[in-house]
Amino acid sequence: MAQPNASPGLWTLAWRRLQRDRVGMVSLAVVVAYLCVVFLALGGWIARDWTREVGVNYAPPVFFPADQDETAIPLGKSIALPDQVDLYGLQDPLAPQLEAIRARHPDEARSIPERRQLTLPLGGDKWGHDVLTKVIKGSETSILVGLVAALLATVLGTVMGAVSGYFGRWVDDSFNWLYGVFTSIPYLLLIFAIAAVLQQKGVSTIILILGLTGWTGVFRLVRAEYLKHKSREYVLAAGAMGASHARRMFIHILPNTSHVILVQLSQNVVGFIKSEVILSFLGFGVPVDVVSWGSMLNEAQNELILGKWWQLAAAGTAMAILVTAFSLLTDALRDALDPKLKY
Amino acid sequence: MNLGAFLVRRLWQMIPTLLGVVLLVFFLFNWVGGDPAYILAGKMANPDDIANIRHQLGIDRPLWEQLLIFVQQIVTGDFGNSWATQEPVSAIFRTRLGPSLILLIPMMLLETAVAVAVALAVSAWRGSTLDRSLMAVSTVMMSISLLVYIIVGQYVFAYLLGWFPVKGWSDEFWRNLTTYAVLPVLLGLMVSIAPSVRLYRTFVLDEIGQDYVRTARAKGLSETRVLLVHVLRNAAIPIVTNVLMGLPALLTGAFLLERFFAIPGIGREIILAVERSDFPIIKAATVYVAMATMLANLLGDLLYHWLDPRVHLE
Repeated sequence: MAQPNASPGLWTLAWRRLQRDRVGMVSLAVVVAYLCVVFLALGGWIARDWTREVGVNYAPPVFFPADQDETAIPLGKSIALPDQVDLYGLQDPLAPQLEAIRARHPDEARSIPERRQLTLPLGGDKWGHDVLTKVIKGSETSILVGLVAALLATVLGTVMGAVSGYFGRWVDDSFNWLYGVFTSIPYLLLIFAIAAVLQQKGVSTIILILGLTGWTGVFRLVRAEYLKHKSREYVLAAGAMGASHARRMFIHILPNTSHVILVQLSQNVVGFIKSEVILSFLGFGVPVDVVSWGSMLNEAQNELILGKWWQLAAAGTAMAILVTAFSLLTDALRDALDPKLKY
Repeated sequence: MNLGAFLVRRLWQMIPTLLGVVLLVFFLFNWVGGDPAYILAGKMANPDDIANIRHQLGIDRPLWEQLLIFVQQIVTGDFGNSWATQEPVSAIFRTRLGPSLILLIPMMLLETAVAVAVALAVSAWRGSTLDRSLMAVSTVMMSISLLVYIIVGQYVFAYLLGWFPVKGWSDEFWRNLTTYAVLPVLLGLMVSIAPSVRLYRTFVLDEIGQDYVRTARAKGLSETRVLLVHVLRNAAIPIVTNVLMGLPALLTGAFLLERFFAIPGIGREIILAVERSDFPIIKAATVYVAMATMLANLLGDLLYHWLDPRVHLE
């Protein structure tokens, strides 16, 4: 808005409306905070090595030490694990060989007594991994999968919807046919089928699965917008000035449908995060060397029976807060971008 | 348009979509998926075994012939045997349907009843603190993963308090319905009720703004009567249609519940099949559930027309 008298554009108006929406602003702040954490974790500044076993097995969270035998263990207190474990008085059958190896390589074969924390900020898991670090790493995986898959699905849906709505006729028919095919299979079933076929697991595989199946919602709405816009005067005028089809579709019409696309994108992120968690929980998602909220919940399921609730609480809460904030933000965006809509 | 012509036209339109589903599933499993013989033959396979299995599965034939076999399987309903258990696929679906329905029908009925009641209540006091706090609660409830509900619910109500069995299933219908299905149904409700309340609330609010509601109020009818008789009857149209169209998705939507509570239903069978790379089961499930979805949509349209004759069949 360079000129002082220019009337505010769609985005300025929407931003002003969003600023008046207190719930929307709070959720925006929460989402931005999560994104910062993801960014920092991605850059390796925080939570770099979640695989380090820093605590004792199932180290309780520092604020809940009552679970332990000794009543209060302050953070930072640690024990050194004995360098030789006494297995109920049994002799280690390999002890003589170990001694021989130690004698031959006195420098390398020395076991260093490791110090382990008795409590961790949010507790530890079965192996003594720090749950706080794991939650941060898990957020990184789950949110990144959600974001990238949503971007992929939105771009796919937008391009297909634009082409379909703009050209109409047989192009529209064929894309509608594809839409009908994809929507007649329940979403989770389709994802499972693809996961069954693609044998290799990996973050990029999940992103592809979610992105290639999740375009239908965007497609439907964008197509409807293009149907509406393609015969409007400004598009006809652009055509009369010699603008190519691609230019009319993506330079002239696209900005006028961007509010629909943005809301859909936001909605898809939430949906895909939920799907990723379910996939990873079932073991069809991230590989074992990657931690996500879903794989944490999977571990937590067995831990809970032993009364170790902290990993479940951490992953569940982290996910619930983000999803709540993102859903509220989506609602706020919808209200801000389309004030006519009342729900 | 009359009903017969409408039905014929819609069924006719279904054929290309169904063909698309068949092609998609075929493309996934016979082309993207690579050679299943290596999965079946196990780790220590010799070339003879592989060739043998390929011949048995028919994947040594040209692709078009494989497609014909697949179409034949769909039409006859005979998908051969499960790769993992050698049980006929048709028998698997027949026996797993019952437990799924025992779980899903009560869930659907309860969900509809509770969601409609809550939606009417919050609409009656729309804009009030009750409305806003219930909507806020429903947003939070929707955000907690179904996994968390199930894990915590199973631990607290079944393991710690012992109110329900932790998991299991029996052969008796009543025992299943009154003992084993109760906790899964309640946990399923926790997740599905919030989105339904929000949706039905918009349906009810759409109706409350109509002229006939003002007329009814002007006649001096009580607010209760206006809501329960006049508004509900009209809001019921989209609600009923919505419930009906959601049925096929329900069939597979209980994957997690069935898995956690060891209910031998279709959802659990599909998860098992994905774990074991048991392709015939997944293929059959995908195609038949897609068919069921299309039929449910058609029924939904018909029902909509029947409940609200103003809606024209197109």
